[in-house]
Amino acid sequence: MSKLRVGTTSLAGCFGCHMSFLDMDERIVGLLEHIEFTRSPINDIKHCEPCDIGLIEGGLCNADNVHVLQEFRENCKILIAVGACAINGGVPAMRNHFTLKQCLEEAFIDGIGVDNPHIPNDVEIPLLLSKVHPIHEVVKVDYYLPGCPPPADAFVKILTDLLEGREPSLPNEMLHYD
Amino acid sequence: MSNKTITIDDIEVPFEEGQTIMDAALAAEIYIPHLCHKPGLSPHGSCKLCTVDVDGRAVSACTLPAAEGQRIDNNTPALNEVRKTITQMLFIEGNHLCPSCEKSGDCTLQAMAYHLGMLDGHFPQFYPQRELDASHPTLVLDRDRCILCELCVRASREYDGKDVFAISGRNTNRQLIVNSATGRLADSDIETDDMAAHICPVGAILIKDHGYEIPIGRRTFDLHSVAESDLGEIKLSNVRHHDE
Ligand code: SF4
Ligand code: SF4
Ligand code: FES
Repeated sequence: MSKLRVGTTSLAGCFGCHMSFLDMDERIVGLLEHIEFTRSPINDIKHCEPCDIGLIEGGLCNADNVHVLQEFRENCKILIAVGACAINGGVPAMRNHFTLKQCLEEAFIDGIGVDNPHIPNDVEIPLLLSKVHPIHEVVKVDYYLPGCPPPADAFVKILTDLLEGREPSLPNEMLHYD
Repeated sequence: MSNKTITIDDIEVPFEEGQTIMDAALAAEIYIPHLCHKPGLSPHGSCKLCTVDVDGRAVSACTLPAAEGQRIDNNTPALNEVRKTITQMLFIEGNHLCPSCEKSGDCTLQAMAYHLGMLDGHFPQFYPQRELDASHPTLVLDRDRCILCELCVRASREYDGKDVFAISGRNTNRQLIVNSATGRLADSDIETDDMAAHICPVGAILIKDHGYEIPIGRRTFDLHSVAESDLGEIKLSNVRHHDE
């Protein structure tokens, strides 16, 4: 049987979900008998290819996030929202209390210890969205893996369920938002 | 002992005249989900988590008096689905970013969401802008997380004999207000030992400086489901005393 192809990415997240994924330790060896990674920070491949499962960490805070998310949706048969930020914006969404202008001024002009105060405007820098959004507001999400981050066991469980052709589920005690 | 009974999910439950369906269920250790109800305070009927089917009609168990012969559906997939939708609306109408909330693990709204298997907010987030009041030396009022259950309003009035809180405004502009000349908590009559300071089921009224004494992962609802905790074993557990 050919391997399931899995892509992963971190949008407006902290890479904590990816770290937690790797927390499965040696179980990843067994998993790699059955899956292979396409685009992922784990192998540093930076372009999307058609794949079976996409794991999305992080919400949407800039135009590039939206672009990457849409690319994943187009390429993945199954898209999984991983972690609090992908699901409801998470900690980055705390900036939604303020205007974008206030955030930029605090970070780059008025903040403590700012040297050479100016708001970065290089064309290479993706434009920020005025608010941070969860990913299901932009694309269809097939499954959710809550947690900040979801524990390694939850990653193992959802991937094993999918590999074995079961509808993914979590035991009640594994459902956590923190 | 009264010999009048109602039937909840095919279990016969005795009740006394004057008891609500919720009172009778709690006395019989049957869990009907609820957020705005706390035994001892007058029922409020606002959260609708306790919606049950009585002889085919949807009603609030915390406000409807029990009456001889009622046949009640409570723990059904259809009702729990409706309750999940209500819980999702409570989440998206406020700013519930659990990883940054010190109530996480001790929060009844979050525990309800776990109990109902809620995975996402489903609806577009409101991300409302609400005022934070950190004026009080020992308490903080974070309206972002207030679900307008009025438990603090009733606890202040009915138990503390004060009148510190009220709800004002309509629709999405409804918010918790503080009864003081300035509208600030620091200038109100509230004291740290008041029930109103401890009753909030979510992280809207918090005691300062004690938020992380119990680590995440070892808190009430990390160890118990909301259903068992409301069945007497660790009753009132989310009302934690500030010096405990
Ligand atoms: S009040 Fe409860 S549901 Fe809201 S952020 Fe805090 S822990 Fe989460
Ligand atoms: S502050 Fe807490 S107790 Fe008071 S109405 Fe809001 S959620 Fe309910
Ligand atoms: S508990 Fe009955 S409406 Fe809230």
